[in-house]
Amino acid sequence: MSYDVDAIRAQFPGLDDAREGKPFAYLDSAATTQKPRCVLDAVARWLGPAYGTVHRGLYRRSVASTQAYEDARATVARFLNADAKEVVFTMGTTDAINLVAWSWGRSRLKPGDQVLVTGMEHHADIVPWQVTAPITGAELVACPLLDDGSLDEAAFDRLLASGRVKLVGLVHIANSLGTVNPVRRLAAKARAAGATVLIDAAQSAPHVPLDVATLGCDFLAFSGHKVYGPTGIGVLWGRGEVLESMPPWRGGGEMIERVSFERTTFAAPPARFEAGTPPIVEAIALATALEWLMAIGLEAVAAHEHDLFTYAEGLMAQVPGLRRIGTAPERAGVLSFTLPGAHPADIAAVLDMENVAIRAGHHCAQPVMARFGVPATARASLGCYTTRADLDRLAAGLHKAVKLFG
Amino acid sequence: MPTIADKQAALVAEFAALPDWESRYQRIIALAKALAPLPDEHRVEGNRVRGCSSTVWLWADLKDGVVTYQADSDAVLVRGLVALLVQVYSGHPPAEILAAKPAFIEQLGLNQNLSPNRANGLTAMVKQIMIYALAYQAKLARGG
Repeated sequence: MSYDVDAIRAQFPGLDDAREGKPFAYLDSAATTQKPRCVLDAVARWLGPAYGTVHRGLYRRSVASTQAYEDARATVARFLNADAKEVVFTMGTTDAINLVAWSWGRSRLKPGDQVLVTGMEHHADIVPWQVTAPITGAELVACPLLDDGSLDEAAFDRLLASGRVKLVGLVHIANSLGTVNPVRRLAAKARAAGATVLIDAAQSAPHVPLDVATLGCDFLAFSGHKVYGPTGIGVLWGRGEVLESMPPWRGGGEMIERVSFERTTFAAPPARFEAGTPPIVEAIALATALEWLMAIGLEAVAAHEHDLFTYAEGLMAQVPGLRRIGTAPERAGVLSFTLPGAHPADIAAVLDMENVAIRAGHHCAQPVMARFGVPATARASLGCYTTRADLDRLAAGLHKAVKLFG
Repeated sequence: MPTIADKQAALVAEFAALPDWESRYQRIIALAKALAPLPDEHRVEGNRVRGCSSTVWLWADLKDGVVTYQADSDAVLVRGLVALLVQVYSGHPPAEILAAKPAFIEQLGLNQNLSPNRANGLTAMVKQIMIYALAYQAKLARGG
């Protein structure tokens, strides 16, 4: 079956936003994706006529809510090829990594230990470790990047050889560069060196099939709003025995077995890590989004986006002076760039006049910006609904920008 | 000597006469290019305006009862708008600056990122212009 991008686009009310006869080219899906109608419908249904709390009500509505919430967990598990008991709902990727840094990090890291991350991590996989490090006495180490934006794997091997690395944080696809890291190979090396491995899949979850059974990691995090689902919901997958061994990080209702002022015992994972009333509607609607995405097929989406990516790079190569940031052999999803004589904010402002939405900024990856000697980049990113026409309009806008600022 | 309101009205009229957004942006870019760079002594952390995705510096001085602003940015369009604000607000007494409204920018036909009605850098910049005016008004009231 061929990929019917028009049929997909028709399901996204958020893309229907022409201005002065110019159709809306939404090229900021790496920041957040638009939502298909089925997700909007799920939110309306579960926040409306079907709304009720989970896990405690003994009435019909609550039982249905609970069932849908736990079904949502099972859907996420299917999306990752995991066990539902290993799926913890969080507020997003940032929240998921903070969970690991607080619960796993504070209970496992000792003075002299190292947390190794790549030099292309999002701040979400840097700052939680910087918060944890001084408390535990552990040290955060960053693996350098090569000039094309790929990981310096020789340096990675050397850093692992210290024998002090207890956790390795790996971004799967870098949001600022588009670099696709060889996470399977890196995770295998890290685990061989005795380290626990966390994969930040915020950018990869919407673009490539994920299978935690073969990735070889211990933790994997992604966000709902980047996979066509709602904001305020995300996932931490943790290997069963690892989650089992971790202390709670937030206390409250739902995460306990029995509470007394003398001694409280905690629920088993995943409930142990879901204190309080969870984002019920968001979790259910995330599952709707994942079902929708799996029905299209991640392989099909990946192939579509790969074709667009190559097409976009061809167009960008024709823009005078355009400098691509992030040219690793394996790259996907996002295209970062700069233009001479224009700040990325200038480029974004000009494109906005053409109703083309891109991101300009440091992309919450200031170490990457420093590495490439730029304060910021402009970034166009792709989604399952992106078309060649969107990219043609981006290119036309960029040629205008060159004319204006050149 | 035109008042701030006169200058604002003249700019709105000038921009309204331009046929499309590209020519309006060309005008802003020309203003950016014509703006004298901020001397290094004022291009310091203390003069940075917070809340901008690009970097903006703003500095002001009071002489003979009127305020002179100098500013700069690393983004071209913001630099052009900074030039415009500096042009509009410089050479006036603090009281007149404080009474003036920055709404004219919205009438120039630029995009929303470049209008001060949002929580963005321009809002911060106009606020900083007003803070300087307020400080100098207090100084004048003290007879300084």
